[in-house]
Amino acid sequence: MTIADAQIERLRDQARQIRILVLKMLTKAGSGHTGGSLSAVEVITALYFQKMRIRPQDPTWEDRDRFVLSKGHGCPALYAAMALAGFFPIEELMTLRQMDSRLQGHPDMRMLPGIDFSTGSLGQGLSAANGMALAARLDNKDLRVYVLMGDGEIQEGQIWEAAMAASHYKIDNLCGILDFNKLQIDGQVLEVMSIAPVADKWKSFGWEVMEVDGHDFSQILPALNRAEEVKGKPSLIIAHTIKGKGVSFMENQSKYHGVAPTKDELKKALLELGA
Amino acid sequence: MKIETEVETKAKELLSTRDAYGDTLVKLGRANRDIVVLDSDLSASTRTQLFAKEFPDRFFNFGVAEANMIGTAAGLAASGKVPFASSFAIFETGRAWEQIRQSVCYPRMNVKLVASHGGITVGEDGGSHISIEDVALMRILPNMTVIVPADAYETARAVEAAACHEGPVFIRLSREKFPVCFSESCTFEIGKAPRLREGDDLAIISAGLMVSRSLDAAEVLSREGIEARIINCSTIKPLDEEEILAAARGTGAVVVAEEHSVIGGLGSAIAELLMEKEPVPLSRIGIQDRFGISGKPEQLLERFGLTVEAIVQAAHNLLLRKNSSPRIASQK
Repeated sequence: MTIADAQIERLRDQARQIRILVLKMLTKAGSGHTGGSLSAVEVITALYFQKMRIRPQDPTWEDRDRFVLSKGHGCPALYAAMALAGFFPIEELMTLRQMDSRLQGHPDMRMLPGIDFSTGSLGQGLSAANGMALAARLDNKDLRVYVLMGDGEIQEGQIWEAAMAASHYKIDNLCGILDFNKLQIDGQVLEVMSIAPVADKWKSFGWEVMEVDGHDFSQILPALNRAEEVKGKPSLIIAHTIKGKGVSFMENQSKYHGVAPTKDELKKALLELGA
Repeated sequence: MKIETEVETKAKELLSTRDAYGDTLVKLGRANRDIVVLDSDLSASTRTQLFAKEFPDRFFNFGVAEANMIGTAAGLAASGKVPFASSFAIFETGRAWEQIRQSVCYPRMNVKLVASHGGITVGEDGGSHISIEDVALMRILPNMTVIVPADAYETARAVEAAACHEGPVFIRLSREKFPVCFSESCTFEIGKAPRLREGDDLAIISAGLMVSRSLDAAEVLSREGIEARIINCSTIKPLDEEEILAAARGTGAVVVAEEHSVIGGLGSAIAELLMEKEPVPLSRIGIQDRFGISGKPEQLLERFGLTVEAIVQAAHNLLLRKNSSPRIASQK
């Protein structure tokens, strides 16, 4: 399948809008995870605006594709994508992290329809995604389950328990995506606790592994399509990304992992994004 | 008052709670296609193997990986399945506690955790395997229902009730066979603590294996002229507050007996309730803040003070306190 330039142009614009919303909502909230939200924008955009079968007006539709944000702290990007897709009003984004908001600090499926699983404690989303994929198989549904993991997150042992199980049970309606932005709170992933050789690790666990530039739709979309054709084993797309992507002074800075932009920083960032 | 040490143990039938679980799962599986069963390499011990044989497509073994088992159960539940996940009590609730918290209880997933090998009667495997904390670990979690059945028949009913209940449930079962307290036609309702014996001198509230021992203790006490009310508190959460408060009001003295640490289990739950709403002299029988050791189950029950004699002794001591309590004396 060739992806038309116009289509990619549309996705790029949606990604830019999502970035703008992410920065605004984080600034308003005064706290939250900026760097890892920005690194995941293109992957989430590709899923919500191109790949996934969803009905924003009917968020509990049984046959929908599922998305588990295992790196739950990246939820500002997910919320922004959901709002743009029509799950809820865009104005609601500005309630992020406030008391009684449906937009909890980490995604809560019971509060916000359209969130397919509650996450926040790292390392647990892949197991849940496996469960959803197995349930779909039992029910003969052809839906697909996507799960986005952080690179620091895969230091959790449960990820590897789940990676083993996904290949043992030949869960091929599952596609994992690794937001490989190379940074975690304490610094560089390779220095804090190396996950190298990351592709080989997943391959040796029985996964089909692809590597893409995680900010380039012309690489992300073909990889998502190819994953759908892989049978008898799960697929992992290693998305090489930049933490803080899109805002020059945030890029590759681990200090923006868990910090919201100040008002001045927001102004500068919005200028860069042409907002 | 002389303590009766010779307990007439009627030759009670012994039946396994985990066998009852395995059999009930198969029946549930035949009736409901959405029932799925998960285990982590202990399916022979937990009896989920019976389900696996009849429904291989709906059974998932995860190997020695409890965290992933629980997380996968949560995902299955998110897609409408009714997963039963089993392991030994300490691994299920301890090893995977945070998965139970984050992926099961926090999103209120319809996951049933049924653990075998609860309590001191695990026996020879020793302290690493003897779970004295599981009820405490599960009881503290919002949205969780905690059930410790008294015998095999009640286990069957509790497992059926769990399957019908929407939300997380923990059921604690045992390696050892339990003396039968009920019959095949027994009933069970989540949150109800049925009175098994009337009595106004004191109440003995217990769960699990200690229910049959409490009934035996009541017989001994009755011969001494002491009438104990016996309450089977198989649902530890939510507590049947009404029945427990009525017992405290009606008797003025409460013994709690459980095969669990005295910290955090049924004894704690009752103490918390009564201290706030109906303070009466209370005595907790359970494991006294120490780990288990290897031994035969009966030896361990003796060593850790989970005997009929211990319940009788506690009742005697409690009655002395009740009768010397100025508050209660002044009410009479």
